[in-house]
Amino acid sequence: MRAPLSWIKEFVDIPKNITPEQISDGLIRVGFEVEEIIKQGADLTGPLVFAKVLNIEEITEYKKPIRYVALDCGEKETRYVICGATNFKVGDIVVAALPGAVLPGDFSIGARETYGKTSNGMICSAKELGLGDDHSGIMTFQEGTVKVGSDAIEGLMINDVIFDVAVNPDRGYALSIRGMAREVAGSLGLTFTDPIENLRNLTFTETGKGVAAKIADASTASVFYLRTLSNFDPGATTPIWMRRRIEKMGMRSISLVVDVTNYVMLELGQPLHAFDKSKIKGGLTIKRAGKAQPFTTLDGQVRQLDPDDLMVWDDAQPLALAGTMGGASSEISETTTEIALEAVRFDPVCIAKNSRRHKLSSEASRRLERSVDPSLAQFASARFVQLLTENSSAQHVATVIDGEPKFSPIVKLDPSYVSRILGFEVSPSKIAEILRAIGCDVNEKTFEVDPPAWRSDLLTSADLTEEVARMIGYDKIPSVLPPRPKHASLTPTQKRRRAIASMLAGRGLAEVQTFPFTNQETIDFMGFVGDRAATYRIANPMSEEFPLMRVHLVPGLIEVAQRNISRGAKDFAIFEMGSIFRSSQKLVPFISPEISKRPNQKMIDEIFASVPPQAYHVAGLLVGKTENEDWQGKARSYTWQDAIAYAQDILQLCNLQWTVKRSEFAPWHPGRCAELIVDGKAVAHAGELHPKIIAKYGLPERSVAFAVGLSALPDTQLVRPSSVGTMPAALQDVALIVDSTVTAADVEKALRQGAGELLESITLFDRYDKLGDGKISLAFSLVFRAPDRTLTGAEITQLRESAVAQAVKATGAVLRTA
Amino acid sequence: MKPAEIASWISDAQKAFSAAKDLDSLKIARLAHTGDKAPISLASRGLGSLSPDEKASAGKLIGDAKAEIAKALATATEKLESERDSKVLLEEVVDITLPVQRTHRGGLHPISIIKNEISDFFIEQGYAVEEGPELESGWLNFDALNIPADHPARTMQDTFFIEPIESGVVLRTHTSPVQIRTMLTQEPPIYVICPGRTFRADELDATHSPVFHQVEGLVVDKGITMAHLKGTLDNFARHMFGPDVTTRLRPSFFPFTEPSAEVDVFFNGRWIEWGGCGMVNPKVLATCGIDTEVYTGFAFGMGLERTLMVRHGITDMHDIVEGDLRFTRQFGVGL
Repeated sequence: MRAPLSWIKEFVDIPKNITPEQISDGLIRVGFEVEEIIKQGADLTGPLVFAKVLNIEEITEYKKPIRYVALDCGEKETRYVICGATNFKVGDIVVAALPGAVLPGDFSIGARETYGKTSNGMICSAKELGLGDDHSGIMTFQEGTVKVGSDAIEGLMINDVIFDVAVNPDRGYALSIRGMAREVAGSLGLTFTDPIENLRNLTFTETGKGVAAKIADASTASVFYLRTLSNFDPGATTPIWMRRRIEKMGMRSISLVVDVTNYVMLELGQPLHAFDKSKIKGGLTIKRAGKAQPFTTLDGQVRQLDPDDLMVWDDAQPLALAGTMGGASSEISETTTEIALEAVRFDPVCIAKNSRRHKLSSEASRRLERSVDPSLAQFASARFVQLLTENSSAQHVATVIDGEPKFSPIVKLDPSYVSRILGFEVSPSKIAEILRAIGCDVNEKTFEVDPPAWRSDLLTSADLTEEVARMIGYDKIPSVLPPRPKHASLTPTQKRRRAIASMLAGRGLAEVQTFPFTNQETIDFMGFVGDRAATYRIANPMSEEFPLMRVHLVPGLIEVAQRNISRGAKDFAIFEMGSIFRSSQKLVPFISPEISKRPNQKMIDEIFASVPPQAYHVAGLLVGKTENEDWQGKARSYTWQDAIAYAQDILQLCNLQWTVKRSEFAPWHPGRCAELIVDGKAVAHAGELHPKIIAKYGLPERSVAFAVGLSALPDTQLVRPSSVGTMPAALQDVALIVDSTVTAADVEKALRQGAGELLESITLFDRYDKLGDGKISLAFSLVFRAPDRTLTGAEITQLRESAVAQAVKATGAVLRTA
Repeated sequence: MKPAEIASWISDAQKAFSAAKDLDSLKIARLAHTGDKAPISLASRGLGSLSPDEKASAGKLIGDAKAEIAKALATATEKLESERDSKVLLEEVVDITLPVQRTHRGGLHPISIIKNEISDFFIEQGYAVEEGPELESGWLNFDALNIPADHPARTMQDTFFIEPIESGVVLRTHTSPVQIRTMLTQEPPIYVICPGRTFRADELDATHSPVFHQVEGLVVDKGITMAHLKGTLDNFARHMFGPDVTTRLRPSFFPFTEPSAEVDVFFNGRWIEWGGCGMVNPKVLATCGIDTEVYTGFAFGMGLERTLMVRHGITDMHDIVEGDLRFTRQFGVGL
């Protein structure tokens, strides 16, 4: 929202010594962010005059059109200038910068030779004068609106300060000069004159029958003013002061009738719509579209109406998309002489829906969906009649009203609530004073507060408290720390996640965070199937390339690895922690209980249950060499063992027990993937990535990855350690020959079983696979220790033989002899 | 056997030992002065031919002399061994400035680092860290926060909706639904922060990302005021940006707080918008079944990317989201 200081001053008595920066600081203090202070004309010096175009000589030998223009600048002699714009004709009035003038950007104007002519000045566009971004052509004016030869800096009211202000959605009233002026006055303690005071008693004579006005459904609009005017001369032009104010607000001047509707909207905040009365059949009614049908808005677009769209109808058809945009069929035209002017206090939700359904945010809808002062339908339409009749031949015919304004209810305020929320004492009289200053009626005995018509947002004590705080200044609120009544710590789950991240980071893996989006091609190529491939689709994704939620972390890691490789990295290890989104449950229809009271527990449980579980994973991708190669020597490449070791280290960090088995599991190599099982549940997978994935994504050969489902891990149990034996240990080595299909895990398990309780540890210290005949040799070190005695030689031999016997029995192993 | 003669044997041995340049020459000197042919050894052997009286006195003299010589030998040996050892150590000198680190440099993502830092800061003050799902119920993300279906506030944030739209499930647009979950499941006093990943349909550019992170704080207790909010934010800002930083609250609008404010920090010579905050709207407390006659509360929320960018002078969001290791590794693990 823009606010020219010259316009604000019409309603606020601002002392001369107050600077624009002080006004800006005041607005910021009361909650209006000033995004820019535009000092129009600050970098512009004249002479700048209005000039009449006397003759145009088209110069055609250049690539672009060039005009040699004869100007009457109110001087004795005709002045000639070169101009590249073509949007003007003989008889138009333009703005000419004469030699000696300096335009914004430190652009000095002088007489100069160009295109074989002498140009004695420059015809200016709005942009060249620093008045706006419009560079489509030069500024033109109709004869009679300005005086030829007069100073255009003054005539165009260029020297002004314009505040560009961000207005929060709860403060619709501030989308007007009336509202901004009130805030400027309030923030600086100045006197504000409400523009509607002059309109309150304005009456117009009835000279005929007006167009009928009707609100079909009171929930869509509360009050409808319809003013009929006649005898309008379509040739009437917008006075320069009005045009300039509209332009300073960032809008364009269109025609007198449209300009007056916009002017009143900008001044007071009430959108108006003017119909060509001759195009209306019968009266106007506010009602819904009722059925889908095409409708052409005045921007020329044909829109398909939704049955719920709120429209302004005549007796035959919809004429306007209510509060949003008028229709083409009843638009004010160059031949319009009779006007029906609509001012309605629409229901904000209806307009918000209109606007959203048609993706059409207009100046009108922006205000109406933020709620407009219900009293303005009357005053703004009266202001329209006043301005139009003053500036043209138009005459008021009749005013028809349906409905009546509905105002916000009275709020019962406990003044102690204000101090209770703000944390410092505010006296009831101060509260009353502030609330009155923002326009409330306050009964100081009962503290019944009647908010002003334009503040439909003031509904509760909390709302009023904010007003009090805002006007006192948030900077007056003391800074105090709250009590610290509780002890807190990270939860075991949070501690675990942190410890895992720290471990991986400490061991050379760099953490990355990727967008959790994917697509069907990736899911399919990775080889995910069934439950592991099912996910949720985003209805409005950032890009159609990634419309699905990720089902696994590894694809994201591959993408980051590719990016790093493309930027020159070769050997590295990365990991990510985050949620994955498998659609394990069908989504139920939206459960949406009323607010302001706690829903019943069953409903709360249903809402929680309606959100699908989102498993939390950690995954890593290891590519290239395990170490940087340097003068110390070559490094080895990452292998499947490294990936599995990381997965196991994570489980070990959580102090869990697991078993390992080979698994054919995407996206891993079907022969080189380990599944780690905790409490019977597969919780992690690790190994070499599938060769086709490595090839497709251009990763180094035999890149490896691990993934651990952290949410699937059981809680860590309290440790109950066994006591440490101090008797001597006995070491026994055994080498076993088994079929190569027998896993080391099975042999170890059998040895453990056979060795019994006195076995303290077992280590596979050699694996030899060059025996031939599909046989391999596995050599284990077994450490035996008794808690209470030194084991005898005979005992040790017996323990070893028992272990071997079990391995022979369970796995078909043969003891290898030297 | 004269005492003077024995004394000369001692001094000869001492001279010879201390003159030895290395352990080899010391060995030769040792053989000469303590070996079989050495005068002291010969004299020792000759004791047997003496009378018992002479034997006793000469024996003592010779015994004392042997001890003296052994002592001199030990001293010389120790000195020469120490010299030899020093020489070996000197020969074993290496260039310890050679580059030796071979392992890849790991590290945490800067967002994790700042999240951990903020979590620790608040945990020390008695706040628990609450987390919630990223796919979230629309009721928890919007309605319960006093953002009804057609409120203009819903146009402030472009939301990613999950199909079917009728489910109302969205990618959470802020971590505020975690506040609602907390208030629906816990009794006051509530002191929590909610860090997490959030989503809005913004194009990725230098300052925006459709996927970003927030940390929100929520306190609900008896007697909580806006002064407590301000104190907490001042404290937090000083922790994040340094002891000299000042904050400013500006009136603002959020449906879930009333009064509402924007919090700015004055950092590196200018005001920077840091986040939003306010007193929890009584409507929101009531929706969660909290007695608004007894309890009041405050809430605040900041973007972690923004905090990180401001604090570390990062100018391009791409660096944070792309996962280029050259960027991430600079942060280490945040120590």
